[in-house]
Amino acid sequence: MKRIIILGSGTAGTMMANHLHHRLNSGEWEIDIIDERKEHYYQPGYLFLPFDIYDPEDIVKPIKDFIPKGVNLINETIERIVPQENYVSMISGDHLSYDILIVATGCKIAPEETEGMQGAEWQKSVFDFYTFEGALALRNKLRDWEGGKMVVHITEMPIKCPVAPLEFAFLADSYFKHRNMRHQVELTFVTPLSGAFTKPKATAALEHLLEEKHIKIESDFAIERIDNEQKTIVDYGGRTVPFDLLVTVPTNKGDEVIARSGMGDDLNYVPTHKATLQSKNWPNIFVLGDASDIPASKAGSVAHFEAEILTDNILHYIAGEPLKEEFDGHANCFVETGNGKALLIDFNYTHEPVEGTFPFPGIGPLRLLKESRINHMGKLAFRWIYWNMLLKGTHIPFVSATMSESGKQFD
Amino acid sequence: MEKIIAGIPVQVNEEGYLTDFSQWNQAVGTELAQEASIVMTPRHWEVITYLQKEFKNDVPLSIRKIGKSGVVDIKEFYQLFPMAPLKTASKIAGIPKPVSCI
Ligand SMILES: Cc1cc2nc3c(=O)[nH]c(=O)nc-3n(C[C@H](O)[C@H](O)[C@H](O)COP(=O)(O)OP(=O)(O)OC[C@H]3O[C@@H](n4cnc5c(N)ncnc54)[C@H](O)[C@@H]3O)c2cc1C
Repeated sequence: MKRIIILGSGTAGTMMANHLHHRLNSGEWEIDIIDERKEHYYQPGYLFLPFDIYDPEDIVKPIKDFIPKGVNLINETIERIVPQENYVSMISGDHLSYDILIVATGCKIAPEETEGMQGAEWQKSVFDFYTFEGALALRNKLRDWEGGKMVVHITEMPIKCPVAPLEFAFLADSYFKHRNMRHQVELTFVTPLSGAFTKPKATAALEHLLEEKHIKIESDFAIERIDNEQKTIVDYGGRTVPFDLLVTVPTNKGDEVIARSGMGDDLNYVPTHKATLQSKNWPNIFVLGDASDIPASKAGSVAHFEAEILTDNILHYIAGEPLKEEFDGHANCFVETGNGKALLIDFNYTHEPVEGTFPFPGIGPLRLLKESRINHMGKLAFRWIYWNMLLKGTHIPFVSATMSESGKQFD
Repeated sequence: MEKIIAGIPVQVNEEGYLTDFSQWNQAVGTELAQEASIVMTPRHWEVITYLQKEFKNDVPLSIRKIGKSGVVDIKEFYQLFPMAPLKTASKIAGIPKPVSCI
């Protein structure tokens, strides 16, 4: 028997377990998947939890419900990967050797990277919403917050779901409007980028929305520290932004197990070939999802497209065939813009998001880079698709793993 | 598009970044610095040389990396090239605007 081990049973690992279970001969291959948690968290829901749009039950389910029978689910913390000797060790002391390893350990917030972030104001007036605990604490805070200066802040790039902080600002605007207190809240969006987003066309569309919603933007802000006494954030150039309530996205880093194994870059991301998803250093190790260093968005939709291509590549690898250099960085994200609307962006390594229709050229029904109610319905439907199709590795009809260029208005 | 910098025609993009590093020389760098109201000192040039070296080796640049490079810390980087130091310094160095991946 040969063994394939998947590290991490989040979005990406779970999809791989389902794909491989369908495609590998069970008489020849044992599939193991290891996660330290027992619950699977639907992270896109962290955006809605603070505003009482979703309840905790909507976004947390047992991991085991999504792992097919015939795949061994192991509930353990991975201590170290030893790629030279093809085994992983667990905190419990157990060792498990592999023929093929798939790294899907994701990334998480590292507030300790910024001086003062976890100071006296942490979870009093300084919150994150990139963890379940953070989003829940923020919900409780917002329920009886009386207003003041709210600052929505990105510490440094890259972060997972890079549009989520903007969406948070848009949803905050509509949340306070509904509670008839928008006039008591001054909203500011602070970013290390030069504008609302990294890609020019989407930036223009999003900055227009910020203006319309009276959200101020402070760009090119590289935070040095949080001053807990003055309640300000301070950048390396000495610029300060005062807050009464700071909602920050801390530095994101790959899991510590990557650092312990000496396999990552300075942010614990694993160097990976961007078209094949094979690790750059070890031919029998593959990486997908947020754990890799490829220059694509860290998003569930990206992991979904990667999983389809990686499954084929693993079969090629087993057969001793050349790998397909097919992954093009395809990302497809709904961007909540508040008041029951959303826009949709679709892009890859080489094409920035543009206007057009999706998934059917010229028809839609979804509109790219334009606000609409149907896009918002799409965003809410994403949760159902996530639990019922995405994790199980079901192909989403009409949406291909590589980006389609038809129906789009390129210059 | 073409732009005359320090008396020589060079290719730049719409944001003013050189598109062909081989057209760069110190005089071009000095003039680009003046446009950003920066007077170059030997310390500035040390940082610029470091950025160019990383660029030639295909190393993607970020504020974090520069802070850990041992060449300059982030505080001083901001003092040398105020406001958006990585972008300003990249422009002066004749290398592309750093991309922050998304
Ligand atoms: C606020 C927010 C909003 C988002 N919105 C969207 C959206 O609208 N659309 C979208 O497509 N994506 C969105 N995302 C991004 C999406 O959730 C992630 O990109 C996706 O979950 C990545 O999957 P992954 O499997 O790589 O990592 P994860 O799903 O994070 O899984 C990693 C798993 O590895 C386990 N693990 C890590 N280290 C160890 C260890 N040492 N031992 C044992 N187990 C370990 C963890 O317990 C975890 O279960 C959002 C994310 C956030 C935070």
